[in-house]
Amino acid sequence: MAVAIPPFETFYECHKVEVMAFLGKRLGRERAEDAFQETFLRALRAYDRLEHGEHLRAWALTIANRIVLDHYRRQRPQGEMPELATNDSRPAFEELAPLTDGLPPKERAAVVLRYGYGLSYDEIGAALGSTGSAARQAASAGVRRLRKEHA
Amino acid sequence: MNVSPSLDERFRAAAAVEGLLDVAYDVVDDTPVGALLVGVTDRGICRISFDPDPERELEELARLHGPRVLRSAKPVDRLRRELDEYFAGRRHHFDVEPDVRAQPAFNRRVLAELARVDYGVTTTYGALAKQSGAPDAARAVGTVMNRNPVPIVLPCHRVIGANGKLVGYGGGLDRKELLLRLEGAIL
Repeated sequence: MAVAIPPFETFYECHKVEVMAFLGKRLGRERAEDAFQETFLRALRAYDRLEHGEHLRAWALTIANRIVLDHYRRQRPQGEMPELATNDSRPAFEELAPLTDGLPPKERAAVVLRYGYGLSYDEIGAALGSTGSAARQAASAGVRRLRKEHA
Repeated sequence: MNVSPSLDERFRAAAAVEGLLDVAYDVVDDTPVGALLVGVTDRGICRISFDPDPERELEELARLHGPRVLRSAKPVDRLRRELDEYFAGRRHHFDVEPDVRAQPAFNRRVLAELARVDYGVTTTYGALAKQSGAPDAARAVGTVMNRNPVPIVLPCHRVIGANGKLVGYGGGLDRKELLLRLEGAIL
C-alpha cells in the first residue's frame, strides 16, 4: 500500500523548520524568507498531483534547492553556478550518490528522484519547477550519460 | 534558523490569496459553546466542529475535500464575525453559504430543508423527514442531524423530539440547550 498523502498542514509543519534551515544556510536570513514562502507555495501548487505520500522530505528539499539555484541563476545571468549550490544541496540517495555525482545538477536530481525515490515524472517536474516531460528528458539524458561513463 | 510567526502567517495568507487551498481552517476561541474548529472552501463553509483539536479533523477534511488543507485565518474572518454576531444575539441568520457538496444526496436534501428552519423556532425529526420527501425516515433524519458537518449555521439544534424532549446533539445536549435558550426558543 502506498503511503497516504497527508493534509498539507501536516506536511508543512513537519518540514518547515528544516526547509528554513536549508534556505538560511544558502541564502542568508532575509532572502531565505522569500524563498521559504516560494518553496511552500510551489509545493502547494503541485500537491494535488502527488500520487503517494512517500519521500516528501526529499521532495520539499528538492523544491527548496531548485529555488536556491533559480536565485543564483538570476544573480549570474551568464549561467555560472556557485560551487556551494551545485555540490552541497543536490538530493542525496546513498546508493545512487557515488554513481551520479558526476552528472549535471538537473539530470542528477531527475535520476535520483526517479530511481532513488520512485517519484513520478510529474512530481519530479513539479519539484524542479518544470514539466513532467522535461523531467523525463533530464532523467533519460542522465541515464544515457551514466551508461556512457560506466561502459 | 527558525520560522518566525510573521513569516508563517504570511505564507498561510498567501496560500489562501492565491486560491491554492481545498480547505482553509482555523480555531475560533471563546464562544459560549467553547472553541470551534471551522473550515471553509471557495464555495462556503464546510465544517464547524465542537472538537477544536485539528489532529482529528484534518484527515477527514482532506478525505472529503482534497489534501490542500491549511490553517489560514483570513478566509475564516467573515464566518468568525458572523458567529460573533450570532452569539451576541444580533444575527438571526448566516450569510455565509454552507458547502455540503461532499455529503451524500439524501443528507444534502435533508440539510437543505433544515436550512429553512428559522431562528428561534423548533421543528421535529418527523416533520423534517416529511418536508424532505421521506415521511418514514425520522430516524435517518436523526442520523443526518448527528453528522451535520456545519452545526449552528445549519441549525440542527432546532430539531427536537415530537414529545418536546431535546433528544440528542452531536455537540452534546448542553450545547443544544444553550443555543435554543440564546435564540429564545426555550426558557
